[in-house]
Formats: sequence, structure tokens, C-alpha cells
Amino acid sequence: MYWQEKYETMSREELRELQFTRLKALVERLYNQVPFYKERFKEKGILPGDIKSLEDLKHLPFTTKQDLRDTYPFGMFAVPMEQVLRLHASSGTTGKPIVVGYTKEDLETWGHLVARCLKMVGASPKDVVQNAYGYGLFTGGLGIHYGTEILGATVVPISGGNTDRQLMLMQDFGTTVLTCTPTYALFLAEEAHAGRVDWDRIKLKIGIFGAEPWSDAMRKQLEERWNIKAIDIYGLSEVLGPGVACECLHQNGLHVFEDHFIPEIIDPDTLEPLPFGQKGELVFTSLTKDAFPVLRYRTKDISVLYADKCDCGRTHIRMERITGRTDDMLIIRGVNVFPSQVESVLLEFGETEPHYLLVVDRRGSMDDLEIRVEVSEKMFSDKVRGLEDLEKRLRARILSVLGISAKIKLVEPKSIPRSEGKAKRIIDKRLME
Amino acid sequence: MKVQQISVFLENKSGRLARVTEVLGENGINIRALSIADTTDFGILRLIVDDPEKAVPALKKGGFVVSTTDVLAVEVDDKPGSLSEAMRLLEQAAINIEYLYAFVQKNPQKALVVFRVEQVDQAIRVLQDNGVTLMPSQEVYKM
Ligand SMILES: [Zn+2]
Repeated sequence: MYWQEKYETMSREELRELQFTRLKALVERLYNQVPFYKERFKEKGILPGDIKSLEDLKHLPFTTKQDLRDTYPFGMFAVPMEQVLRLHASSGTTGKPIVVGYTKEDLETWGHLVARCLKMVGASPKDVVQNAYGYGLFTGGLGIHYGTEILGATVVPISGGNTDRQLMLMQDFGTTVLTCTPTYALFLAEEAHAGRVDWDRIKLKIGIFGAEPWSDAMRKQLEERWNIKAIDIYGLSEVLGPGVACECLHQNGLHVFEDHFIPEIIDPDTLEPLPFGQKGELVFTSLTKDAFPVLRYRTKDISVLYADKCDCGRTHIRMERITGRTDDMLIIRGVNVFPSQVESVLLEFGETEPHYLLVVDRRGSMDDLEIRVEVSEKMFSDKVRGLEDLEKRLRARILSVLGISAKIKLVEPKSIPRSEGKAKRIIDKRLME
Repeated sequence: MKVQQISVFLENKSGRLARVTEVLGENGINIRALSIADTTDFGILRLIVDDPEKAVPALKKGGFVVSTTDVLAVEVDDKPGSLSEAMRLLEQAAINIEYLYAFVQKNPQKALVVFRVEQVDQAIRVLQDNGVTLMPSQEVYKM
């Protein structure tokens, strides 16, 4: 079940050798082609020739989101524009977007990496892939699209939204693979279970979900509601797009395609690399990209790397599913809180819809956390006591998981805004003062 | 003898109760009795309507969380002490009353009280064995 067996199963020694050769070439290229990096190297007193082993990676400068903004639009490109075939960009909600470019070779590499992901979760040319990631400047849609075509499966380029149509085509086309954000997959499931589909005509068997952090409990829900294997895919446009890493069918962390990327985990405060098994911020170096390579890009995603061998036979190390981001992390009364922790508590109860919103406010010098939870049919009763009891049990569980107390506010179904892309889970009123 | 009561979850914000009545009205459903239990954050609206089978899907379609419960409609003489008799009978049978509410009917000599208990069948037996009148569901819906 490999797409590029040679690379997916190569020995660790060979892999490290390949990485080193590619890293050396990358550093050379960045130094000579991208003024930004030349300057950074000079600041650190490093020359490309100083990279003598893979371990020297830790002496190289980081790249941040801010750096990419500062060099808007093409300052980080390492090839002339006539070689750039495609541009993608982040939504740029805070100022200028981040622009990334791809050469013909980059697009091919990307397609093959996505094909690897599809193949490793059992997809084949017989499959119909309904691609409900957004098309356009966002890398999700087109990234999955080309990978599916390279694999040879049938792609339905429906993009996000238009739920009725999604469900109709899913039945009429016999969709077997669904690709979208986990939140949207759950929304679709909700609608499907509300009587909007004929379950005999649903052929779905795999869901490939990414573009936002999600929890194991969410996976369980998706697998149960759709009766599928829910697979986590990872990627970000700054590094490539979807296809940087993906889970195999063992669902035990995502294999990072190490022949193209070097992942690191660093302590976000000291910026020191952390050993395998320790939690920290993910950092990626793209080894093979021509148009827009990045050196030690700080993703702000929080993860852990595991080097133990996977039963699928792939030698590439695995990263833990992203359960939070450094910029998604709320600090409430000095405690780190991630929305995904709340999500898993809610799903663990199984009595509530996993639609929730964290509202943080400051009363005097005290932070208040209110968790709004949509009431579901399953948990609702005609007795006030029943609902109050649920609130009490939720509060107790949140306290034990997060270490802080929160007010639980039960709200009507569908009263928390749905999103077709990434869900909004936080309203931090402290920032609005 | 069991009467279907519909319960609806309501957030405590303006317009929600009006919306429920609107949905029922649009679907030609008449309300026979209603009561609201509320806390600071939410309320539970309990309804007896003329056509519960039509009302439940209509409310769900309107986006509300709805549940149905079997309750009893006990007819008591409109005079002091007659309600307490029914309550005492249930208490003696160790049947816990979750809540109750009254509603008016056309016969001014009688009052109608809705009882919500856990052990509905047992309650029916106890009340009927002791000569308490329970109003059949179809009559309640038609009232
Ligand atoms: Zn594996």
C-alpha cells in the first residue's frame, strides 16, 4: 500500500543521508537566491559551507509568519517569476496575506505526496473522492484535487459549502472518500442524520480531514456517524499544503514525509529543539521545494514527534495529531487551555452536540470562562433537575481536565454559528478592551 | 389515560417563546395548556396541544430541541382539599411527583391538573382504584 515505496520505506540511514544532501543544497540555494536568508545567515555568522551534518540544522535561523508577511508578496521566492506556475495565499485576516508559489516540479511533488496520503489509507483509482475543501487561494482544495488525479481516482471538485448538493452528489455519485475539515464533516453528518440522506445509498468509507485541530473524541464521532475511517491529514501552505504528513491506517500519529521535510519540535519560549516524545511547537524545513522553500518554519502548531517503528512499514517518523496551536491557546488564570480539551470532554459525555464556544472575559482581575454548549435531543429532558445535573457533571469534568472552573451555559441547537471551513471556538473579550 | 406532553428547550432570550407559538400557529396546532419552568439561563416549556404527533416534527423542523413525556390529566372537584387527596394517594403509594400544573376547562365545577410522575402506569392504577377521575388523552386534546 505504498505510492512511492522506495522513499516511504527507506532505511533511517539512507533517509538521513538523503536529507543531508538535500539540506546542503537547500541552504546553498537560499543563501544565493533569497536576500532575506542571506541576511539572516550573515547575522548569525553562518556560511552554507558550515553545514557539515544534519545536526547543524539547529544552528540555522528560524522563519516566522511575520517574516513571510514582511517579504510580501514574492520576497521569499527562490526562482524567477517565469518559473512560478501557481500562487496560493493565506486568507490574511490580519493584514497582508502570506503568498506561496510553486514551480512545475513543486506541483508534481505536491501531487505525489497527496497521492501517498490517499494510497496509504486505502484509496485507489476505483474511488470517488468528494473534495469539499475550499478551492481557490487556499491550498486545501487544489492540493487534494491534483493528488487525487495523480493517484488516478475520480475527483468531485465540489469545494466547501452547499450542503444539500454535497449530500445529493454523495448519494448519486457513490462517493467513497470525503475530504474536508472535520467540523464540516460533522455538520454534514448532522444534516445527513436529520433525514437528509438515504443511508443505503451512502458508500463512504474514508474521510480525510484536516486544516484545523481536532480531538480523538471528534474522530470517534465522525467514524460512528459516517461509519468510516476518519484519517488526519496535515499540511500548511507555508510548507506545502495538505500532504506534509498523514496518518496511515494504524491511526497512530501522522507520518511526516521526511524525504521532503525535516520536522522538529522546539520549546516555543527558549527555541531549543526538544527530543522525541516531548510536546512543543512544530517546525518544518522544506527540503525540495523550488519556488518557495522554507527554513525552520515555526508553525505555531503544538505536537510531539515519535520515532518508534510503525506497523505499516513506513520508516518516516510520526507526529501527534495537532490538538492545539500556540495562538489558539488561551491562558485563563494562568492555566493553558485548548479548545480541543473542552471538545473531548463534551464528546466524552456523548450527551451534547460537539458544538461549543469558549467565551473568556475579565471581571475585575479575575478571568471568567464560559463554555456555551448546544443542547442535543439525547440529553434534553422535561425536568430542570436533569439539565442542571448535566451542567454540574460537565463543570466537574472540565475542572478536572482543564484545572479551572468554568460556567457551563446550555444553548439552543444551531445557535452557535456553523462554519464551512475552520470553526470559531473562542471569543476572548479580554482582547477587546 | 396517558397524555402526551411536549417539552421544548428555550434559551432565556427574547422572542423564543413567541417563536414556538408562531411555529405551532403556522402548522394549525392549538395549545391546550402550557407551563414554563425556568432557571437564570434556560427554560423548559411544557405544552399540551391538540395534535402532538404533528407538533413534534414541526417544532424540530423549527430548530428546537423537543422531547415528549407521558403525563396524567387528573380531574378534581373545584373545591378546597380535592387536589391534596390525589397527591396523598400518590404519596402513600411512594410515587414521586416531579411537577404538576393546572389548567382551566369549560366545566367550571372541575379543575384539571397535569401530573408528571416517573411511574405512570402505577399512578394510573392507584388513582383509578381510589375513584379519582383521569381524563382520557383524546378528550384532553379535544378540549
Ligand atoms: Zn504507519
